[in-house]
Formats: sequence, C-alpha cells, structure tokens
Amino acid sequence: MSAPFSHRDIPARAGVGLKAHHYRAILESRPDIGFFEVHAENYMGAGGPPHRYLTEIRSHYPLCLHGVGLSIGADAPLDPQHLRRLAELLCRYEPALFSEHLAWSSHGGHFFNDLLPVPYTKATLYRVCEHIDQVQQRLGRQMLLENPSTYLTFAANSYEEGEFLGEIARRSGCALLLDVNNVLVACTNQQWDPLRYLDRFPMAHVRQIHLAGHARDVDARGRTVLIDSHDRPIDVAVWELYSRAIAVLGPTPTLIEWDQNLPEWPALHAEAARAEAHLLAPPHRKACRHAALG
Amino acid sequence: MPPWADLQSTFAAALRDPQHPVPSGCIGPDGAPDAKRFAIYRNNVASSLIDCLAESYPATRRLLGEECFRETARWYTTQELPCSPILLEYGASFPDFIGELEPLAELPYLADVARIERAWLEAYHAAEATPIAPAVLARVPAHRAGELCLTLHPTVRIVRSRFAALSIWQLNVAAANLRPIPLEARGEDALLCRPAAEVYARAMPEGGAEFICALAAGEPLGLAAERAGGACINFDLTEHLTALLEGGLIIDARL
Repeated sequence: MSAPFSHRDIPARAGVGLKAHHYRAILESRPDIGFFEVHAENYMGAGGPPHRYLTEIRSHYPLCLHGVGLSIGADAPLDPQHLRRLAELLCRYEPALFSEHLAWSSHGGHFFNDLLPVPYTKATLYRVCEHIDQVQQRLGRQMLLENPSTYLTFAANSYEEGEFLGEIARRSGCALLLDVNNVLVACTNQQWDPLRYLDRFPMAHVRQIHLAGHARDVDARGRTVLIDSHDRPIDVAVWELYSRAIAVLGPTPTLIEWDQNLPEWPALHAEAARAEAHLLAPPHRKACRHAALG
Repeated sequence: MPPWADLQSTFAAALRDPQHPVPSGCIGPDGAPDAKRFAIYRNNVASSLIDCLAESYPATRRLLGEECFRETARWYTTQELPCSPILLEYGASFPDFIGELEPLAELPYLADVARIERAWLEAYHAAEATPIAPAVLARVPAHRAGELCLTLHPTVRIVRSRFAALSIWQLNVAAANLRPIPLEARGEDALLCRPAAEVYARAMPEGGAEFICALAAGEPLGLAAERAGGACINFDLTEHLTALLEGGLIIDARL
C-alpha cells in the first residue's frame, strides 16, 4: 500500500488506541484526530476484517505500532518468528513509531499475557540492550521502549528506573515512550515520589506519551496499590503529571489507551480532545511568559 | 541476586501456582516480600486469558452463565497457557476441554457450540483468497470432471454435531427471541466461511459435510461425490458444487 504519512509525519497531537469496537464509527465519522495506535499482536492473523479495517483507517490517519509480546526483558533470546511477524507488519502498514515494553511476558515456551517486571542491574541492562540492538537491526529502525507499571520491585536493583531507561537509551540508541499512568502506578506502588521520578526521567529520549486509566486496590497492610487497568477515564493525578511532562517535553504525540470496558467512540474521542487541549495550551508557555515578564 | 534466568524461572513457576511462595528478592516498598502484590501478577495472567476466552466464546459463555464460564475458563488457563504472543490462536483446545468436563455433561451440546465459535474465529482471521469464476469448471471435459482436485477457500470450516448445535449457537449470539430447541432435535452439520468481509454460518444439507471434508482432504471431485452419496442417497453433486462455486468457496481447480 502507499501510505500518505511517512514516519516523519507523526504529529504532536493526541491519538487513540484503535479497537475493533470502534472501526465503523471511525470510518463513518472520520474524526479529526492525530493518529491511531494498534497492538501489533492483534494484527498477526493471516487475514480478515482486522486487516481490512486497519488498511482503510491507515489510508486516512498516521499509525503507531505497539508491541506487547516481544518479551524484551526476558533473559532468553528473542523469538525470531515474532521479529519476522513484526517486520512484516511494519512493512505492510508503515507506522510512524514502533514501541515495546521494558518487561517480559514469555518464558519456557509459555506466553503469560502480562507485562512482568525486570530487575535493574548491570546484567539485565546488558541483556535488554542486546535485545534492543537485535530488534532495531532486524526491523531497520529505531524503537521506543516504554517505562513499566509495576507492583513489586527487586531487592537486587542497582539503578533507579529512570536512570536504567536512560542508560538503555544511551547505549542502544532506542527512544523512550513515557507512559504517565505507569509513572503514577509504579510510584504509588513503590512509594516513589512521582515528581522526582519525572524530574529524573531522561526526557531527552522521549518521543511519545501514553495516558490511561487505572484501578485502585490495597495491599495486605492497607496501603494503596494502583492497577494499570486501562478500563476507565484518565485520573486527575495523571493529567497533572502529564501537564508537568509536556511542560518539559513540549508538544509530544500522546496516546489515550483504553482496552477494557470500552466506551462508545465519542467518549474516547473526548479524552483525546482533552489531551490535545493540554498540548495546544501547555501551562509551561504561560509559566515562561510570566517568568519573562517578571 | 540469583542469575536473572533463574529468578525468571522461579517467577514463572510462582505465577502458575498459587501455593508457590513469592520468589525471593521480589519485594514491596518496605523491602519485604509481599504475597498480595505478587498475586496481582498472577491475577492479571489468569483474568486476561479468561477475558480472551470470554470474547472468543460468547455463546458458550451465555449458555454457562458468567460465573460458571469464568470458573471453567480459569481451570482451563491453569492447564493451558498460550504458547505464542498471538492470542487469537489461544483457546483452540477449549471446546475439547469443555467436552471432557464431567460437571458439564448435562449440556452435551455445549462442546459443539464452542467448536462452532472456534470455527467462526478461525474463519474470521484466516487468509484472504480469490475464488475462481464458475466458468472455469465449464471448460473441463465432462469425462474428466471426476478427476478434478478443488482447493477450498482457506476460511472454510465444517463443524459436525449430533445436536442442533448450529441453531443453539445462532440463538445465543442473536441475544433475543429465545425459543426452546428440543434436545432430541436432529443433528446439524455447520459450514462456516468468510469468502469476503463477513463470516457466514449455515446448516449443510445431508451429504454436504462429507463432500466438503473429502475435498478439503485433497480427494478428487468424483471420490468426494461418492463419499457424499454414501452418506446421503439423494446427494446431488451439481447442486452442491454450484453452491460452493457461487458462494466463492473454491479458489483453485486442477486436473
């Protein structure tokens, strides 16, 4: 196919995770939206309506491809078959960005369908960088690596999370995807300060932002635990962190992820419009002006 | 820390077994192991796979009821984890699993309804293909027609049931106008296919399933018709072949 948008065309606007439930509404109403993003693994069937709809939607909008099954954080080698399937999808749909997670999901021939945590040590740093090198070489492009949502941490950690991600980006040449909801989830669950986390995050490498809703639970001692559920509107605290992030980053492509308990299209589009309002009128501009006037 | 490979193996084992202690070195914010936090991962794995099955088997879920379906699916996920990150492949053995569950024996048609749902999903995701024009067959000399080998559309699936599984499935995905189907209702052979954008499901007339299954196994037209004739004395080859051709379900024909 000849896609009208090359990788340079990803706009610094809000986009939405594309769900089968919304295919028709999108094609019928052709909403004004920055881009769509799909989970790569949902388009690894041989044919059928998913490919038909995505082909049509791709002809009207920029696209980002988000992998959830490469298991980059695993110790074991990457699955060459899965890399081949990703390469085919990239060739077919020419997405503007390709991202994956700092996590693992496969082990011993089983796929766990969850993004599982990785210790932050020298040994895992080397392994993750090896894997990212392999991905970028095989796919012939830079990938983005997303900060994880975590419920546990590892006693053996010798890096802070942001420091670890920055080191990976510096060594491997990958870019970063800043998931602001994951920042709040991880910081709440690990009792880190989210403002300090953002201050220390290697922002120079960030090319995309994700926003999503989370659920709230408590642990055995009654402490709040946030669950990265993608099943509801974005929390007010995430919007605040988002404002802070774009105050540093400037306008950055921002994705609304909503994967469970899907709302109808207008409600989802409204979340994207809200993110776009932040992008168009970022508080940092006001702050800068005040500073200049002062 | 033990090598990452070893810690990962322990982590994976603990995900699969609720009795397994929290892997050593996995800690909460106070530096202590935290079983409830580890259980979030265990629950994420199970519930995401149960959700995947619930989405793939909507009629089975409706027939079983939400609670019973989720319990059945939960049990299945403990026996059968995906072996690939492509989740649309997950759950192929779920119908057989249901068929073997003693507590579900009072719903003897349930496994066949699930097989229809699986066939629907496979037809939905199977490769695209271009059907041959019916005129192609007209050019074959009549005396050699029996030697023709036909390639069926890659989305074609047949589900044979000694129950009215297709009717039961149709009623339970339509979500309305439930009418009772007597258990003694005759069995149904279902054809599922997607020659273009939509998946179709229809009941096959007698002999049709034998005919299509023989063609799918690569048998030539004459032999496939014989097998169908063995199952149904009134099998009409022309009628069945025309239906396949006009339905766009034949993509190649070779002598």
